[in-house]
Amino acid sequence: MKETPVYTEYHPRWYRARVSTYWWIRQWKYLKFILRELSSLSVAYFVVLTLLQLRALSRGPASYAAFQEWLKSPIVMALNVVSLLFVLFHTITWFNLTPSAMPVRVRGKRLPDWMIAAPNYVAWLALSAVIAWLILRD
Amino acid sequence: MAERITLQVTRYRPEQEGRPTVQEYEVPCEKEWVVLDGLNYIKDKLDGSLSYRWSCRMGVCGSCGMMVNGEPKLTCATFLSDYLPGPVRVEPLQYFPVVRDLVIEMTDFMVKLKSIKPWIIREDEKPLSEGEFLQTPEQLDNYKQFSMCINCMLCYAACPVYGLDQHFIGPAAIALAQRYNMDSRDQGANERLDILSQHEGIWGCTFVGECTKVCPKNVDPAGAIQQYKLKATKEWFKDFLMPWRAK
Repeated sequence: MKETPVYTEYHPRWYRARVSTYWWIRQWKYLKFILRELSSLSVAYFVVLTLLQLRALSRGPASYAAFQEWLKSPIVMALNVVSLLFVLFHTITWFNLTPSAMPVRVRGKRLPDWMIAAPNYVAWLALSAVIAWLILRD
Repeated sequence: MAERITLQVTRYRPEQEGRPTVQEYEVPCEKEWVVLDGLNYIKDKLDGSLSYRWSCRMGVCGSCGMMVNGEPKLTCATFLSDYLPGPVRVEPLQYFPVVRDLVIEMTDFMVKLKSIKPWIIREDEKPLSEGEFLQTPEQLDNYKQFSMCINCMLCYAACPVYGLDQHFIGPAAIALAQRYNMDSRDQGANERLDILSQHEGIWGCTFVGECTKVCPKNVDPAGAIQQYKLKATKEWFKDFLMPWRAK
């Protein structure tokens, strides 16, 4: 027995599927997630818009009037409507996710999800009402 | 005659082909049949060369997880009749390397599972003569949900973060870490925090939330991860505000 035996070495040849760049398009649940992530851009946009508004305000009435004129242009209006929809989507989806991040136990029992999500909505409505009152009074 | 349904099953025979192919089989669609029954019918009657994992047939062992029409499912708990008139696509769990046909390679999960130390860690052991560590029903209730995990890995197949970054420690491993952290008998939370607060740990999670939706045992890994993020943030703040605080 001088010959070396020939072994067929077993080595699994795995198949690894490449994850497509467009993995999030095919199913609504993943698309919804990506839209929720993208909605943070709208949040950032409104922050910048508010800062610009404050800057215009600090520069005097003429500057503020010009800023308001700019806000009235159709493109800015359209952008604001789209951003508002995204911000609403952002707010609602995140509010609805709070129960899973913050389970609250009262006397050993976990509170139902809506009881944890509801205070967010109440606070949202209350703050909106205060702001509406500040702007619309007189 | 009973209704029949077509299964489009992924085949991958590494000694024959470089990439997976699809093979169609027609199986009876009995009222009480699940996808796994269909696969067993193929194996017994049509094509003995089909490979797949299964064991208990009752949602306990966690071996028969596969993609059914693109969704991660336990095939023993997924009824064929829900997919009538068919066809039903049966694929191996996504994001894992495929060894053969419907069999995936799970070493990665096993290594990650071990890394979070899924056992009770004690700083102060007490002698056996003092008896067991007692626990109230409330204390049990704290972690029970997370202890229901059967390691079926459906949550990994639902997690695009894991799909895109294989270093992510993943939903089940983090939920199981939480299972031990919240156990009143365990004292190892700090040891686990060091592993889980890394970038590949909890912070890799972007809260897609699909892991929780596909979990056959209602473990809620997404919830576990967010709760952990909250805890890690609080710890960080405490350390930042009170640097003298002993770790």
